[in-house]
Amino acid sequence: MNKDKQDQTEEIIDFASSLRWKVGDDFHDKLTEAIYSDAASITSRVETKGDEEKSYYFDTMLDKVLTSRKFGFPIMALILSVILWLTIQGANYPSSMLNTLLLEIIYPFLKSLSLAVGLPWWLDGFILDGVYMAVAWVIAVMLPPMAIFFPLFTLLEDFGYLPRVAFNLDGLFKKTGAHGKQALTMSMGWGCNAAGVVATRIIDSPRERLIAIITNNFSLCNGRWPTQILIATIFIGALVPSAFSGTVSTLAVISIAFVGIAFMFLSSWLLSRTMLKGEVSTFTLELPPYRPPRFWKTIYTSLIDRTIIVLWRAIVFAAPAGAVIWLISNINIADVSLASHAIDFLDPFGILIGLNGVILLAYVVAIPANEIVIPTVLMLTVAHFGISEFGAGDGVMFELDSVSETENILKTGGWTLLTGINLMLFSLLHNPCSTTIFTIYKETKSLKWTSVATFLPIVLGLVVCFLITQCWRLVM
Amino acid sequence: METKEHKLDACESCAFYNAAQLKKLGVNVENADYIIALAGNPNTGKSTVFNALTGLRQHTGNWAGKTVTRAEGGFSYNDKHYKIIDLPGTYSLLSTSDDEEVARNFILFGRPDVTVIVADASRLERNLNLVLQVLEITNKAVLCLNLMDEARRHDIQIDERTLAKDLGIPVVATSARSGEGIAELTQTIAQVASGEITCKPHKIKNLSLKVNDAVEQLSKKLVSAYPDLPNPRWVAMRLLDGDQRIIHALKEGELTV
Repeated sequence: MNKDKQDQTEEIIDFASSLRWKVGDDFHDKLTEAIYSDAASITSRVETKGDEEKSYYFDTMLDKVLTSRKFGFPIMALILSVILWLTIQGANYPSSMLNTLLLEIIYPFLKSLSLAVGLPWWLDGFILDGVYMAVAWVIAVMLPPMAIFFPLFTLLEDFGYLPRVAFNLDGLFKKTGAHGKQALTMSMGWGCNAAGVVATRIIDSPRERLIAIITNNFSLCNGRWPTQILIATIFIGALVPSAFSGTVSTLAVISIAFVGIAFMFLSSWLLSRTMLKGEVSTFTLELPPYRPPRFWKTIYTSLIDRTIIVLWRAIVFAAPAGAVIWLISNINIADVSLASHAIDFLDPFGILIGLNGVILLAYVVAIPANEIVIPTVLMLTVAHFGISEFGAGDGVMFELDSVSETENILKTGGWTLLTGINLMLFSLLHNPCSTTIFTIYKETKSLKWTSVATFLPIVLGLVVCFLITQCWRLVM
Repeated sequence: METKEHKLDACESCAFYNAAQLKKLGVNVENADYIIALAGNPNTGKSTVFNALTGLRQHTGNWAGKTVTRAEGGFSYNDKHYKIIDLPGTYSLLSTSDDEEVARNFILFGRPDVTVIVADASRLERNLNLVLQVLEITNKAVLCLNLMDEARRHDIQIDERTLAKDLGIPVVATSARSGEGIAELTQTIAQVASGEITCKPHKIKNLSLKVNDAVEQLSKKLVSAYPDLPNPRWVAMRLLDGDQRIIHALKEGELTV
């Protein structure tokens, strides 16, 4: 800009300041008032309303119930329980069908094909027993619950229930020094923690946003639901007569989800009193009108978008993990496989916290994705304890047709009820998956906060498992 | 034969026939002829309108603040390519939250060819506050009166023609979730973009005499200094409000074309 123009601009800005003195310092309010009164006069000319009380009667009544002090929390728990129950019960059948198709029909077919072509044993093992098995397992176990859970959750979201959840939890969040909108990012985390971390952008204050990011991992994510469901069915559902086992395992999984919420509050409270001190910011929470969701469209888009995308991610991570598992089980040092060396090394520490070496190794191998922990555990157990009646050989990731077969393997591996409970807790309280860690880094641009978010849950997990184990051993 | 051909002609000459030609482009928006901004209050279904226009599937949800990243997409209509930007939802452009800054800066500095303001038909009055502010910034706008199905459910009728006359911009009633009105919206956007429809946007009226006088004086000065400034009245109001970002922009010459 030339000198002339600059002078002119300065002059205008000076003139504006002098006018500001004349107008008074409430210009902003006056302008806002003018806009409001324009809006009101236009609206009165163009809008005709019916009986407002009547037309919003439904919304008002529903809000009274859903956000009431008395019923708000029980209804939240009930809705979450119904969704989980439908997911757990409904996923059984498609899961076993996929299992039959991928592992009992396609797998043997591929095996005979590789035999006919004459693939060397290591290539056949690496590709079919490692990579293919991992991918097949992830599809069979993850697809059905996701295909039920995500659409149900999306329907609830489209209906407008999530902001009511935030409304109910707002007081609790305030008490812990966190932001009420964290309720929304927390529930996004039940689908996927990485998505929950991105969603924290709705929180303006950096301090409260960091709390929301760091604690999002306590929302039991989609990759961990199947683990919870399986272990609950084997170790907790089995404690009661079979007629009740479905209900009891659902309750167990829900309890873990609520333990997660409790830890989220606890760690938010701790953070806001130590590393992230500060004022709680106020905000207005919009309670949107209830809108009947467009059922089929919602089902379709949540299937296509969320389910397929998350599944694809799982497959991308499962394939190399399958390969690694096969390799460490088949590469021997001094006649013992790498996996067995690692398990023996980790075992004493694992036992101390009520888990075992197999589980710890599985978590190391499964850092890329939570969803492959259980197949890794099974495979390593079979390989390590030399159980010959199950599975197809060392380092083969597999899924068993029935829960009872899985149970047999785990019990041979020295598992008890305590191991089951600790695994459920450890699955809730451990480091986020690699995608989430990476997302946290992208969002915070800080190694420090990424490390806090990574190590805080795992330290909590180790402490909790240790304490429970020590108490258990004292009492039992 | 003849009648059939005639029929076809009649159909093709109808403006809405073109909507069928709407070619969904997804995110491939290279070489766009026109830039379209999508503004509006939170939770008015902006993302749903965005999806309906582009054929993309931005995740939508019934809560305020769902769109946290600025989504971009495009569509082509009658051989023209349109790039469309889904701005974060805001109630106002006057204060300084991040979302409002993003939305305001885009409309102000991005100079979209058309700004589509998505409003909730069942909450018109509250939504108009933002509409009136946008109309102070830009001359080329379309009001998308969305959620008409909700308005009907709550027994609310809106006289769209009077509203269009009062606001001085085209008003299109839509229910984006079911695709109702999207063809008309596309066509109206195209007409405003090409200049076929010219807008005479409503300017904020109910200012007190003293305030209005100050705004007029300042905008006169602005016009003589910057004849190309598209929105002198709005800049004048921002200067009177002491908006540092706008003062800076004026100094740097960001506001003029």
